[in-house]
Amino acid sequence: MANTQLEAPDMKTKKSKSLPGLLSKEWKHLNKNRELLLLAMPGILFKFVIAYIPMIGLILAFKYFRYDQGIFGSKWVGFNNFEFLFKAQDALRIIRNTLLYNMSYIVLGTITALLLALLLNELSGRLIKIYQTTMFLPYFISFVLVGYITNAFLDHKGGFLNTIISWFGFEPHKWYLETTPWIFILPLVALWKGIGFSTLVYYAGITGINTDFYEAARLDGASRIQMMWRITLPLLKPLVIILFILGLGNIFRGDFGLHYFVPNNVGPNFPTTDIIDTYVYRSLTKLGDINSAAAVGFLQSVVGLITVVSANYLVRKADKDNALF
Amino acid sequence: MPNTKGFNLMNGFIIVFLAILCIMIALPFVLVVIISLTSENSLVMNGYQFIPKEWSWEAYRIVFQKPDPLLKGYLVTILITVVGTVISLLLTAMTAYPISRLDFRYNRPITFYIFFTMLFNGGLIPFYIMMTQYLHLKNSLLALIIPTLLSPFNIMIMKGFMDKISKEIIESAKVDGAKEFRIFFGIILPLSTPALATLGLFIAFGYWNEWFYALLFIDNDKYIPLQLLLVRILSQIEFLANSPLAQVADKLAYANFPTLSVRMAMAILAGGPMLIIFPFFQKYFVKGITVGSLKG
Repeated sequence: MANTQLEAPDMKTKKSKSLPGLLSKEWKHLNKNRELLLLAMPGILFKFVIAYIPMIGLILAFKYFRYDQGIFGSKWVGFNNFEFLFKAQDALRIIRNTLLYNMSYIVLGTITALLLALLLNELSGRLIKIYQTTMFLPYFISFVLVGYITNAFLDHKGGFLNTIISWFGFEPHKWYLETTPWIFILPLVALWKGIGFSTLVYYAGITGINTDFYEAARLDGASRIQMMWRITLPLLKPLVIILFILGLGNIFRGDFGLHYFVPNNVGPNFPTTDIIDTYVYRSLTKLGDINSAAAVGFLQSVVGLITVVSANYLVRKADKDNALF
Repeated sequence: MPNTKGFNLMNGFIIVFLAILCIMIALPFVLVVIISLTSENSLVMNGYQFIPKEWSWEAYRIVFQKPDPLLKGYLVTILITVVGTVISLLLTAMTAYPISRLDFRYNRPITFYIFFTMLFNGGLIPFYIMMTQYLHLKNSLLALIIPTLLSPFNIMIMKGFMDKISKEIIESAKVDGAKEFRIFFGIILPLSTPALATLGLFIAFGYWNEWFYALLFIDNDKYIPLQLLLVRILSQIEFLANSPLAQVADKLAYANFPTLSVRMAMAILAGGPMLIIFPFFQKYFVKGITVGSLKG
């Protein structure tokens, strides 16, 4: 969408030529680029089938879906599917949870990863590798396994957390049946799982910085903190902003695995663990309410796009070079 | 990179801080391994502990007594991992290379076309309906392979790497009369080995850990990958232990079934292999990942 705007002035300059002339010129270009286009073609077709065709399905949000009638045969119902959003408490809850959790993951993750990448950069030699490998371990296991691991800590009967708590003479908790603790548990698990990857991304960004800057700064007698503050961080800014915008675009898309396996998918903690994605999944598989799920899904996609475009617009206004597109 | 002149206070502080952090990150893994090696008796009496009263290999003995579901799970998982990774890598490289070429006329439209899917998509319901009603992929291995074949993020990383390959090589190959396909398969792919290794590892882990599409599309016992097996075991054990509907005979059998330790043993057997493999690829990581070259 932003792209068509960008290309608009380009089109005007060529307008003077006749249409057949333009077509034959384009045909020449096509011929010249055909091999590279052919290379990209499998990917283009794949994305068309797997990503673009389902976009048509967004109209389901305005239909009453029946499996036997298919997407196109089903009846139009206007905004009926969205009605529950304003009636049921569920809707408000899942939207609030999704937004707040994602915000906390983005903020917490970015700050921690930046800090760790800066610290790693101050070291040299083998230690970096050992640290990186260890931090990375959780990234490489599935959320199913993360669910098993959190279970080892939070289990009612034998969980390690309860063991510790009773050492100190407190009553053991039934974590899975409570609501408040999850506000802290989920961000902690998210941080534990993802920190290795985000740290690596920033660390790679830092190592990509031209060493001449540091040499010059050292000659001028800059301290390590000064170099960190005046060179490393400003040069990392574009990377941070890009990842931030992308994160914002997914602000309506929660981490299904995190919110499904870690709280163990049990009802009592839904008030603080249920997010749009787990709700849609339950609607699809258990509740059989495909219509409100389609409505929420529609909202997810459209609001996500609006957030990312406006975030990008704001960044562009502040500093053109840092914008994503 | 700032030079570290021997040992000083700040370095010492950083080293200790990061070491403590890493120990905290690793401890949960250690706990799971220890639980799997603790006797059921000890688990029931004292809960999960880092230093159990009584060690035991019983959990692993039980898992290996009836290895069929685990072996089948391995088979499915290994199959989708190998096939998926190879196809995915090739597809990613084939898409990334043309958009890394600045002289490619359709560079910008294709880049936008690919990355737009990162910002906007049809959502789960339309995707599910397409996969099941129109492509008829319910209960097939393809349903586990296809959805994650081509990720824009991977293309971004691959393109970032290919940007750094010197354009003179391509030019001189062209002068020698090489066609684009020849250049791609003969020069670009071999030069991209570090990126291919890094991405390949990430993609392989993705397939190894695949459970979401399995949860959605697989209910046939033949095609259950490891992770879905773990999901089922967890719910089954709890079902048999708690449900009044479960057969009395079953209940008796499960009365001395070391559920807690077996659960963790299964988890280790399913997750372990990849965790052992991954440190060997570590050296490629920093070299292979260069995000930030997304703008095209």
